[in-house]
Amino acid sequence: MSYDVIIIGGGHAGCEAAAAAARRGARVALVTMARATVGAMSCNPAIGGVGKGQLVREVDALDGLIGRAGDAAAIHYRMLNRSKGKAVQGPRIQADRVAYRSAVQAALAAQANLDIVEGAVDALRIDGGRVAGVVLGCGRAIEAPAVVIASGTFLSARMFCGEAVTPGGRVGEPAASALGQQLRVLDLPVARLKTGTPPRLDGRTIDWSRLDVQSSDEDDWTLSPLGHRVPPQLHCAITRTNRATHDVIRASLDRSPLFTGAIEASGPRYCPSIEDKVVRFGDRDGHQIFLEPEARADPLIYPNGISTSLPVEAQLAMLRTIEGLESVVIAQAGYAVEYDYLDPRALDHALESRALPGLFLAGQVNGTTGYEEAAAQGLVAGANAAAVACGLPRLRLDRDTSYIGVMIDDLVLQGVTEPYRMLTARAEHRLHLRADNAETRLTGIGVAHGLIGDERRVHWDPRESARVQAEAVMAFGGDRSIVARIRRESLEAPDVRALDPLLAALPVTTLDELIEDARYAPYVDRQRAEVQARRAASGVLIRGDLDYRAIAGLSAEMVQRLDAARPATMGDAERIPGITPAALSALLVHNRVGALR
Amino acid sequence: MTDTIFALSSGNPPAAIAVVRICGPAADGALAALTTTDLPEPRHAALRTLRSNAAVLDSALVLRFPEPNSATGEDLVELHLHGGRATVAAVCDALAALPGLRPAEPGEFTRRAFENGRIDLSEAEGLSDLLRAETEGQRRAAMAMASGGLAVLVDQLRGEILNASARVEAAIDFDDEDDVSPWPERAAVLLMLADRVAEQLANPPAERLHDGIRIAVAGPPNAGKSSLINILGSREVAIVSPIAGTTRDLIEVPVQLRGLPLILIDTAGLRDATDDQIEAIGIIRAETVIDGADIVLWLGLPDQAPERADVIAIRTKADLGDAPDDPRLAVSAVTGDGIAALINRIAAMARSLLPPPDALALNRRQRACLCDIEAECRAAGGTGDLLLAAEHLRHARHALDRLTGRAGVEDMLDALFGTFCIGK
Repeated sequence: MSYDVIIIGGGHAGCEAAAAAARRGARVALVTMARATVGAMSCNPAIGGVGKGQLVREVDALDGLIGRAGDAAAIHYRMLNRSKGKAVQGPRIQADRVAYRSAVQAALAAQANLDIVEGAVDALRIDGGRVAGVVLGCGRAIEAPAVVIASGTFLSARMFCGEAVTPGGRVGEPAASALGQQLRVLDLPVARLKTGTPPRLDGRTIDWSRLDVQSSDEDDWTLSPLGHRVPPQLHCAITRTNRATHDVIRASLDRSPLFTGAIEASGPRYCPSIEDKVVRFGDRDGHQIFLEPEARADPLIYPNGISTSLPVEAQLAMLRTIEGLESVVIAQAGYAVEYDYLDPRALDHALESRALPGLFLAGQVNGTTGYEEAAAQGLVAGANAAAVACGLPRLRLDRDTSYIGVMIDDLVLQGVTEPYRMLTARAEHRLHLRADNAETRLTGIGVAHGLIGDERRVHWDPRESARVQAEAVMAFGGDRSIVARIRRESLEAPDVRALDPLLAALPVTTLDELIEDARYAPYVDRQRAEVQARRAASGVLIRGDLDYRAIAGLSAEMVQRLDAARPATMGDAERIPGITPAALSALLVHNRVGALR
Repeated sequence: MTDTIFALSSGNPPAAIAVVRICGPAADGALAALTTTDLPEPRHAALRTLRSNAAVLDSALVLRFPEPNSATGEDLVELHLHGGRATVAAVCDALAALPGLRPAEPGEFTRRAFENGRIDLSEAEGLSDLLRAETEGQRRAAMAMASGGLAVLVDQLRGEILNASARVEAAIDFDDEDDVSPWPERAAVLLMLADRVAEQLANPPAERLHDGIRIAVAGPPNAGKSSLINILGSREVAIVSPIAGTTRDLIEVPVQLRGLPLILIDTAGLRDATDDQIEAIGIIRAETVIDGADIVLWLGLPDQAPERADVIAIRTKADLGDAPDDPRLAVSAVTGDGIAALINRIAAMARSLLPPPDALALNRRQRACLCDIEAECRAAGGTGDLLLAAEHLRHARHALDRLTGRAGVEDMLDALFGTFCIGK
């Protein structure tokens, strides 16, 4: 049996990879351990947020699945940072876990060129130094010139709950240990990370009447311009830990695998376990907990903010000290997962392995966390796997056009020391990379790469031509232009509409986008000038086979850092952490000398 | 392959000893070629006879510092010669004749030390100033820089800017976390930070230390300007003649008084009208010099003196008669009367124009970076838009990067996660 592209894993990275490769016309096999778990949300069923919401809109603008599936399943909408500039507003939804999975599975079923194959991949097939396909646990082989590993936390994963240790990546599902072994043997740079999840609660045992309620946003924004809201929307609620909670946690620390040394890998600083919070920030008298419904037809509640791997009894004792949870029942205990990831510095900007051409990696296996980060990498890896298999142009997104570009650049040059999460602080072009202009930034690129389906073309083509026309109208007239007046006179949307019939006819989102462009134009121009200057100064190419040890003046540490990331240009080299100015100048000098000879 | 370079690293001969440094992969080879005996142990001084084509050049103390533990990070050899001009010249000629060796370009040792990561940029700049330092004040300022005085200041600034960035970014990226507060003191903190940078910038720049304080000696023709310069500079530099208008061009005399680097500038006599075109040009130039000078010694009538604070009014030719009511400082180039008092006045005024001893003297590049940092902090404190505050702080971090080392996003995130309990 043979395909153009094989995707290993049916999580958020795998599904986007499969769909993207298939949209480009590749024949795709998505291999998953269990067909029913394709599109499952294994942690908090929320999508988006600050930074993450921008990623969702970008994947959607490239015609990915996550935005539309999110809208189909959303039971709670909240625009974060609503009081701040549009650039940092983060759309976030709470999804019905079951509805989300169904929406993703339906989208994959509707996608041409895509088969779902049930089975566990035991090994990669390698031929002449290139990937040639996979071998399943049942012994069956599938051939393909490009393979995307999107195995999430499943590679050699172990789950910890108190003193209990179980192999596996998600409760009730086995780990992909054979494949993990092979990657170690292939000498790909493997390391361990950990993450955690809180206990799931039975919502019928929570006293909601005592808690503050957070309602869904009343306006009608959606994750995708092609999506729409599905009623009814549900409420979230907020409660807090207190001193009694912290006392229970402190008394049980000697049984937490995080503190007994059973887990050695580092976890995320932005999503610490409740044990970590209590130990590191002992002076705080309480920590906020969001109680988030997981589905309409299921009473499961996700208590966001108390990820833990304490023993089950301690989890229950801790929960029952919390207001509203005095008689709560745990439906599923919290646990920590320790798993393999591959150092993403071994990949290029297409997410292809330098050591094993044809092999792509996407998602948590690259050391990231979150559905959105996974989906975005999946889309890029899938698009590029199709490029390799079918001889199409590669998809490379830059730091100044997208969060996706920022993330991939960070991963392949800087690597990770903790699970990587998108933050707007990582994007130096943040003022331009907004959730509300993702279509303008990326859909054209998607069209050029054959990633955009008919339905989105029907939506995007007229939107884009109206936007371009309006942009020209607004920029006309120098100092008296509408753009200049928006800044000078702080004009709002209704004022702008009144100035020109063409603007009056624009859809709300398009006009808002253009007004926001105008507000920050001087800053965005300054950033553009920076990019130009940097491109001129740092576009100097570095030979791929350069032996860094031969460069006089580079310390062993610098050689190791450069060798791990293999920068393609001087600009890439500058972004590798820990590279000293002295090392950069030595590299520059060496490069110049080489050019002279 | 790197060139091996050499240069006389001590001051110009003649001197008691002269140190010639050889740096690069062929340094040991060069030492072996000049001495016929074994190379000495690393970092042990040894007495060796240096020869070239059998001719004895000198009996010298030699030292080896193998890479990477040398001042430049490369193989380094030092020859401590007897400091006669002929000896130094002969040794340098012999080195130049060896294959793979060439005389060093100015600053090349320091550049290699920098490129090999032995010193950072601010240290490199301090070192180059040290090598150029001629007076005690210059030497102290250069020492403060080379031993990381600037690095200490930058570390403090970096800490505060990273902390401010962390607070702003936390409010943007973790708006819904209850541990993150809006930080109402943002404006006050950042404006105070900008003020502190401005304070550093108010220190006089390093250029005055290197180039000297410019003192214009001005006054009507034949007031005795050239005579005064000659006695202050203790040598005959300006043409002294009793004919008005003898000094047609500007004459600059670098002098050192009380350890201060000064440049005395003789100006053509200032006269209202003249038919002599050459002298007219000289007068225009003189006015420019007076405008650009740090101190003016005014030798004319008090009511004609340039209107500025840093003028010392002088009554010359005091030997020709007393003037008890004249407030001007009376001096005589003939008898030397009043010269010591004048030097005291000049020194006191000059000291106030130089960076205080042991304070940081910043050069033009460093001042430009600090100016950017000040402006960005002020803008970040002044805007009501959190997003723009973050943008200005990002630029401030870039300016810090340019000053020395780097302060990347990861450093800011370290500060952020160290301060706030983030994570739901």
